[in-house]
Amino acid sequence: MTPEIVAWLAQDGITNGAIYALLALALLLVFTVTRVIFVPQGEFIAYAALSLALMESGRVPGTIYILLAGGALAAAMEVASAVRQHALARLPRILALYVVLPAAVAGAVWWAVPRNLAQWAQVLLVLAMVVPLGPIMYRVAYQPLASASVLVLFIVSMAVHYVMMGLSLVFFGGEGLRSRPFSDGQFQLGVLNVSAQSLWVVAASLVLIAALWFLFERSIYGKALRATAVNRVGARLVGIPANLMGQLSFLLAAFIGAVSGILISPITTLYYDTGFIIGLKGFVGAILGGMVSYPLAALGALTVGLLESFASFWASAYKESIVFTLIIPVLVWLSLRSRHVEEEEQE
Amino acid sequence: MSATLEVRELSVCYGKVEALHRASLRVPEGSIVTVIGPNGAGKTTMLGALMGLLPYTGHAEYAGADLADASVEARVARGLCLVPERRELFGELTVEDNLLLGAFQRHTRGDRTVGADTEAVYQRFPRLQERRRQLAGTLSGGERQMLALGRALMAKPRLLLLDEPSLGLAPRFVREIFHIIADLHQTGVSILLVEQNARAALQVADHGYVIETGEIVLEGTARELAANPRVVESYLGGGASA
Ligand SMILES: Nc1ncnc2c1ncn2[C@@H]1O[C@H](COP(=O)(O)OP(=O)(O)OP(=O)(O)O)[C@@H](O)[C@H]1O
Ligand SMILES: [Mg+2]
Repeated sequence: MTPEIVAWLAQDGITNGAIYALLALALLLVFTVTRVIFVPQGEFIAYAALSLALMESGRVPGTIYILLAGGALAAAMEVASAVRQHALARLPRILALYVVLPAAVAGAVWWAVPRNLAQWAQVLLVLAMVVPLGPIMYRVAYQPLASASVLVLFIVSMAVHYVMMGLSLVFFGGEGLRSRPFSDGQFQLGVLNVSAQSLWVVAASLVLIAALWFLFERSIYGKALRATAVNRVGARLVGIPANLMGQLSFLLAAFIGAVSGILISPITTLYYDTGFIIGLKGFVGAILGGMVSYPLAALGALTVGLLESFASFWASAYKESIVFTLIIPVLVWLSLRSRHVEEEEQE
Repeated sequence: MSATLEVRELSVCYGKVEALHRASLRVPEGSIVTVIGPNGAGKTTMLGALMGLLPYTGHAEYAGADLADASVEARVARGLCLVPERRELFGELTVEDNLLLGAFQRHTRGDRTVGADTEAVYQRFPRLQERRRQLAGTLSGGERQMLALGRALMAKPRLLLLDEPSLGLAPRFVREIFHIIADLHQTGVSILLVEQNARAALQVADHGYVIETGEIVLEGTARELAANPRVVESYLGGGASA
């Protein structure tokens, strides 16, 4: 193994690791705030990447139908609960949020596709299509069961994942797609030929991580998310609405998933079901970090990226197995330690 | 006098076990009402039900409106606040952020006076100001108590439900806490106070209820209760103040 190869593998590992880190943060956020293991995270990656590729080839992505239908479903549930609680004053807001907004986005996409807009405009439209699916998903599938056990929520997650993946096959088809790179440049960094897209990935991940940090440390909503994560009862007692926090965490996770998909779609060919494996690696990263700390989760995810990259060199057929085997010792260690924590709490 | 809180025949069950049986009480506007009783009598259960944390049967009316369908956050929005027995602080957040989040709903309504209220809480509890950057999880028991009370005050409550605010405090802090309760009363806040320290509670309260094994067995003005032989024997016994 020559130094060039090491450097090249490291670059590859860091690029992927940066994406896994973003996903790990999103998973951790969703889990700590709502106790949902966010299996459908991968679908946001695939939906965004495939929608962008379709728009670039001049086709209207089916995402807008999912958005419209999901919005209608959420609106129906909200209206039913508003009627039950005699709170009809909420109706205009419900309709604006779940019907008018999705319709406006769908209209904009319809209008934009034949006009072949600049890439950044298409990226914005993809975000506008995919990100609202997060809160809608929370409202439809999770909110009615918000106080269920982690296991029940996990089963819901699996169901949502399969539904989303099925829809993905229906609307995007089975072919693999790629989108255009943001810029074509190559940089010479020592012996290494760095592609501009890799730099985009790493830079965007760093910016997003910094933005998340800022949100958690500086804004009252970010603090409310943390408060909900550390003490659910306390959060309810100060009047932080649990449903709003659930939707907010899903919104952030959907945003992170969609951005990840957009970032990697020029360097990876994505299929309707590829998102799941990518999301799973983010999950392994979060588990390596113990599912508690954001910096550790990001570090764990970076490890996953590097390990995968080097494994693909030495034993490429086993690279997935190697990554997923990694969680076994960590889970054993965590289970030993968590029993200890519970005992402490009971004192 | 109109009642801030009017509770009629409130019952709460944990599974099949009834922990509170047809309890009725009222908190007149601007008064302090105390509920005393032995361990496991159902005091915490009652406050949990009133706050919307536990389902109940019966009728609870706050500020003239039925509470039945109101979520916890809707109750907070209407000025009902609980300082729970377990405090439920945000351990991994700083003292300052805990206070800030106490005013979460005021923030989201665009209330600009939250900063001034934080200062007011710091004036009341200088100890919290010294420790404003410390994580709430690292506070001492007494400091947690102060923070829990301070956090509740940040919501500008109209009715404060206090669950054993003096629990585990040194006598000096107990006096301090009761001082603050009397002081809050002056500012027009109504208070429903659950206490083990019956002597201090009856001193500060206008009215009192005694609850035993889930049922209200006695009620009266604080003065009457303090003179009631049964209360004296069980709760004020032998002059030892808990
Ligand atoms: N989550 C629960 N599940 C089952 N039983 C419960 C639960 N919480 C409380 N109880 C029972 O309900 C009864 C009343 O409890 P509660 O906490 O209301 O008592 P309390 O009057 O606040 O007592 P203390 O003075 O010790 O705080 C007790 O017998 C208790 O064991
Ligand atoms: Mg109690």
